[in-house]
Amino acid sequence: MTPTDKAGAAPGTLRDGRRLRIRTGDGRGVPLPLLLPALAGLAFLLVPLAGLLVRTPWHSLPGLLAGAQVWQALQLSLICATAATAVSLVVGVPLAWLLARVEFPGRGLVRALVTLPLVLPPVVGGVALLMALGRNGIVGQWLDSWFGITLPFTTAGVVVAEAFVALPFLVISVEGTLRAADPRYEEAAATLGASRFTAFRRVTLPLIAPGIAAGAVLAWARALGEFGATITFAGNFPGRTQTMPLAVYLALQSDPEAAIALSLVLLAVSIAVLAALRDRWVAAG
Amino acid sequence: MTGNHGAAAEEARAGFRADGLDARLVVERGTRPGGGAAFRLDVTLTVAPGEVVALLGPNGAGKTTALRALAGLMPLTEGHLRLDGVALERTPPESRPVGVVFQDYLLFPHLTALDNVAFGPRCQGASKAAARAQAAAWLDRLGLAAHAGAKPRKLSGGQAQRVALARALATHPRLLLLDEPLAALDARTRLEVRAQLRRHLADFEAVAVLVTHDPLDAMVLADRLVVVEEGRIVQEGSPSDIARHPRTDYIAQLVGLNLYRGKADGHTVRLDTGPLLTTTEALTGPVYVAFPPNAVTLHRDRPTGSSARNLWRCEVGGLETHGDQIRAVLTGELPLAADLTTVAAAELDLYPGAEVWAAVKATQTHAYPV
Repeated sequence: MTPTDKAGAAPGTLRDGRRLRIRTGDGRGVPLPLLLPALAGLAFLLVPLAGLLVRTPWHSLPGLLAGAQVWQALQLSLICATAATAVSLVVGVPLAWLLARVEFPGRGLVRALVTLPLVLPPVVGGVALLMALGRNGIVGQWLDSWFGITLPFTTAGVVVAEAFVALPFLVISVEGTLRAADPRYEEAAATLGASRFTAFRRVTLPLIAPGIAAGAVLAWARALGEFGATITFAGNFPGRTQTMPLAVYLALQSDPEAAIALSLVLLAVSIAVLAALRDRWVAAG
Repeated sequence: MTGNHGAAAEEARAGFRADGLDARLVVERGTRPGGGAAFRLDVTLTVAPGEVVALLGPNGAGKTTALRALAGLMPLTEGHLRLDGVALERTPPESRPVGVVFQDYLLFPHLTALDNVAFGPRCQGASKAAARAQAAAWLDRLGLAAHAGAKPRKLSGGQAQRVALARALATHPRLLLLDEPLAALDARTRLEVRAQLRRHLADFEAVAVLVTHDPLDAMVLADRLVVVEEGRIVQEGSPSDIARHPRTDYIAQLVGLNLYRGKADGHTVRLDTGPLLTTTEALTGPVYVAFPPNAVTLHRDRPTGSSARNLWRCEVGGLETHGDQIRAVLTGELPLAADLTTVAAAELDLYPGAEVWAAVKATQTHAYPV
């Protein structure tokens, strides 16, 4: 508790039978027009989670989770999200470096394009991926005829769809860290004989590792929850492209209890992610 | 110094030297609304191996820009840069035989002191073991063997400075650059580190250029001072020469002298601002006249029968403590700084705005040609 909290709440709140009042740091009351919407907003966020927990069939939960389809979906989700994160790291970190460290014409435009998938409806992303990488897509037709590679409706397609949606999170996060990092360390490395790549590998990368880790977790969480682009680009085939979110959606139509159980697993994973990142975001307030 | 001293001197006279540093650094930065560069650095530097040159100047004079240009971290707009006869102006920083000690050292925080020093040799192709052995030898030489395993944040300011020096020297540079090497240290550490650094620089056999705004650092560490103001060299010479014969207000202030420019006719100098000054030296033509603040005596009433021929009516602009003395900054007929004891200041009842007479004996002044 901070000193201001104490000072604001402690003196005389319940003394002499006076009504409990929530106070701001400077000892003045919170105006109702702000307090009520704030509480409504909080309830709006928390009540659905409570609903999920209340309606969870706790006694039959182990049985539901033990089902083969659940494990298949969970396994596929974890593998695909991890693979998508790996892909994002391989191309995203260099892209972030390029945006943060190299001056080139149209850099602002490139940055805007990189962030576009953040605001693009994922279904549109899926359609766009089909147009690009589908069997008749502008790149996909060559992949098919030259290498015999088909991406849509495969597990690799799931990875592609998830990476497409997750990559911007990683790039934005890493670029921010790079901008905050002192570029003069790279200059110091250069004066010691390090090429730009050596300086990046041996100096910059270790310095921004925490930012990369945070970006990777963020990208991973986004990939894990990805629905729209995945179902559009990769379809919904159990064991091959049916990830947890797709399984939840499907189960909800036939077996709501199973949907709740699956949702609970995803909720647990989300809380774990939040816990992993708590130092970075939650504590920022 | 090399054996063929005579030949080198001859080449130096011809404006070219085969060994050491020979550079003209022109760097333009930013653009002015009316066209042209907002800042233009244009300095010529010739430094022999084994010589330590200090670029001295106020903040924003372009000293650090010059240093960055020498290191290759900033491109030259014009000019040339030759080190031991090799043209380097187009060489990227990683390929220049140049070592840099940065102002805040920039030790890599994730590496130990040993690995920081081993970084350079490693980049030059040494094996990990060989690089570490070299690094250990450097740390030992700088008295840091006990701190080899420490991360930079565990090092004191003085230790970090020596690790930075070891890191720069470990690449065997032919040009060592030091950017404000003592600025990040507190006053006590500074004294000690300055003495150590002087020793290490004296041992260094190639060219050393350091940048500082502290005249004491410059005079203790360097064989030669190059004073830079607004991107240009305004004075060059040995520390003692510069201390005795300042040529700009900035240097005069640094070395604690009142400095004026005027035209001499015998023992009398008419200053450019109007007043007359009597000097010991008899000169003719444009001259500088300098005298220390403690040569000035102050009187509340016009002194009578004083032997001082130089007497001006002034007004106290400000008072500040200066060591165990009071420095009075005077405005009026002749703007000058005067040092007096606290007792004297109290007896004179000085306060900003007070009228005083300032006197200086001719024997305390020093005139020299422009």
